[in-house]
Amino acid sequence: MNTQSIPFIRRAVSEIGRSLLVSCWFMFLTFPIMVIKVNPLERTIDWQWMRLVWIGLAVFPLSLVWRWLMMRKEQGSAKDGEDSWQKRLGERIRADRKISAAILALLAAFVVAFPFIFSSYQTQIMISALMYVMLGLGLNIVVGLAGLLDLGYVAFYAVGAYSYALLNHHFGLGFWSALPIGAGLATIFGILLGFPVLRLRGDYLAIVTLGFGEIIRLVLENWNAFSQGPSGIAGISRPGFFGIELSLSQHTVFLYFIVLALVAFTILVVSRLRNSRIGRAWIALREDEIACQAMGIDKTKTKLTAFALGATWAGFVGCIFAAKTTFINPASFTFMESAIILSIVVLGGMGSIIGVIVGALVLILLPEYLRAFSEYRMLVFGASMVLIMVFRPQGIITGVRRHYRFRQKEGTEEQGERDAASA
Amino acid sequence: MLKVKNLHTYYGGIHALKSVSFDLPEGEIITLIGANGAGKSTTLMSISGIVPPRYGEIIFLGTPIHQLSPDRIFALGIVQVPEGRRIFPQLTVRENLDMGAYLRTDRKGIAQDIDYIFNLFPRLAERRHQLGGTLSGGEQQMLAISRGLMSRPKLLLLDEPSLGLAPVLVQLIFATIEKINRENKTTIFLVEQNANMALRIAHRGYVMESGVITLEDTAANLLKSEKVKQAYLGL
Ligand SMILES: Nc1ncnc2c1ncn2[C@@H]1O[C@H](COP(=O)(O)OP(=O)(O)OP(=O)(O)O)[C@@H](O)[C@H]1O
Ligand SMILES: [Mg+2]
Repeated sequence: MNTQSIPFIRRAVSEIGRSLLVSCWFMFLTFPIMVIKVNPLERTIDWQWMRLVWIGLAVFPLSLVWRWLMMRKEQGSAKDGEDSWQKRLGERIRADRKISAAILALLAAFVVAFPFIFSSYQTQIMISALMYVMLGLGLNIVVGLAGLLDLGYVAFYAVGAYSYALLNHHFGLGFWSALPIGAGLATIFGILLGFPVLRLRGDYLAIVTLGFGEIIRLVLENWNAFSQGPSGIAGISRPGFFGIELSLSQHTVFLYFIVLALVAFTILVVSRLRNSRIGRAWIALREDEIACQAMGIDKTKTKLTAFALGATWAGFVGCIFAAKTTFINPASFTFMESAIILSIVVLGGMGSIIGVIVGALVLILLPEYLRAFSEYRMLVFGASMVLIMVFRPQGIITGVRRHYRFRQKEGTEEQGERDAASA
Repeated sequence: MLKVKNLHTYYGGIHALKSVSFDLPEGEIITLIGANGAGKSTTLMSISGIVPPRYGEIIFLGTPIHQLSPDRIFALGIVQVPEGRRIFPQLTVRENLDMGAYLRTDRKGIAQDIDYIFNLFPRLAERRHQLGGTLSGGEQQMLAISRGLMSRPKLLLLDEPSLGLAPVLVQLIFATIEKINRENKTTIFLVEQNANMALRIAHRGYVMESGVITLEDTAANLLKSEKVKQAYLGL
């Protein structure tokens, strides 16, 4: 045996030992729920020992794989210079305009054809996924760009939804006239929340926004005269289509295209905003508040616009939500909702538009299609979230910035060469 | 150019500036020296409006500015380069410079100024696409000063530009400060721990102790003064 393989064997033995330990630990932890089965009829306890063996056998290879992945991850971050194949593929796609145009065209065709290919049920699911894309992109302005941790985003969503619902209920206002009003009201609420939290950052901001979200929900739940309380508002009209009567499935298709158009509009606006003056001010504000002020940036105005614009988008989606479900009650606007939207932004990759879109699709579609696993659905969902955060802490799609840095490095060299040549 | 009268600044209950008064004549380099915690940074923060004073007056070119917001003061031509550089770590060198020109709209002028800065600090030109956070301390300081210059300030407030730099770099930074003052007629208010270096390039100097100005004179006289020698020059 040659001397080089000895450390390898030693390493392998220790890895196997650790994994054995892990599987024993799991057997111990799951013992009460997996092994002990109380039979209430005969008042006996069944000891299902075989299950313990299965758990041990299942956890052992999983632990090995896990450790191996973690090892690779550490090695990967050690040699940062080397690019992973995903990154290289990304570079290729971005670099080659033809490929990216083709992919984009294909994607557009698929998205447009979607409601005609798939069932009404699938289209419904897609509509909610697209709604979350919009919500994610809206919250991304506040959290990803301006760096303000907002845990009460659902409040603005509720404002939009209730605006349309109440306007429709009391005054018979249609979707199209209620849409700008709902968004406008959400904007106003965004500014209202913005003012008191101007001085706050980080944890404190998170707590206050969380409180704000709960206040809105509690008001809606308890102010019966205004919002009809927990029983909610039913019979909200669907969006009208030039006064033509539509069947239920036609309505779904129509709504799908409305949402699609709004998503396209959102992407356009957000990508514009990123590179605009105000976008740069947001990014600067996120990075360093004092430096930001020293650069003559109006902190108040910058923060308020971030809150207001983020809220506007929630308002839009709120109106769509009311139109889609035709019934709303405060139960749809719990903290869980804010948490999901925030997860979309964080998991997708903060500040990256494509990241947020992918994040929304994964987070909304995954639980839907995992319905097959019914009771294990949330378990798989939670596990995948943990996995993403462990292996891709910057989010599924890393922000454009990283890619930018890579390309620019080449640019510097070129620049340097050119400078040298001209000198 | 800038007149400060009986300035009082507080951090909550802490009385950081206790009736501070001084004058900054146009076109000069004026330095403010003093021990740690004397209130030097606070003085700059009060001028730039980031920590507004509670009482007192600040008059800049005839305009009272002590009640204006930081962005308005900035727009009048007073720019602070804060202590500890505070560049934007996730933005490239070039983007950091662009942030300095945030309020400007004249593209041509901005391009000219960027050229000027890359001339002033060739090191920054080499690293224009590097992220600010990955620059060395010295490079970050160059960037911080350059970012301040990007708005073509009339009055530049520099807070400890030599902090944590090797002697060679300190020399370079101070030479550049002199150059900026000479070439652009920018008035510079320089806060420093490195009293020796600061007094060498400055025209006038103020000495601050626990929130009060205790000495003021020409820089040459302060360099000779026994008190300054003992307390700040370590002689
Ligand atoms: N944000 C703050 N909150 C409370 N007290 C502060 C704050 N900033 C400064 N102080 C206090 O104000 C006084 C003056 O601080 P300042 O930063 O102006 O000192 P300095 O002269 O710049 O010192 P150094 O040379 O160490 O930078 C100190 O006593 C300090 O503790
Ligand atoms: Mg200081």
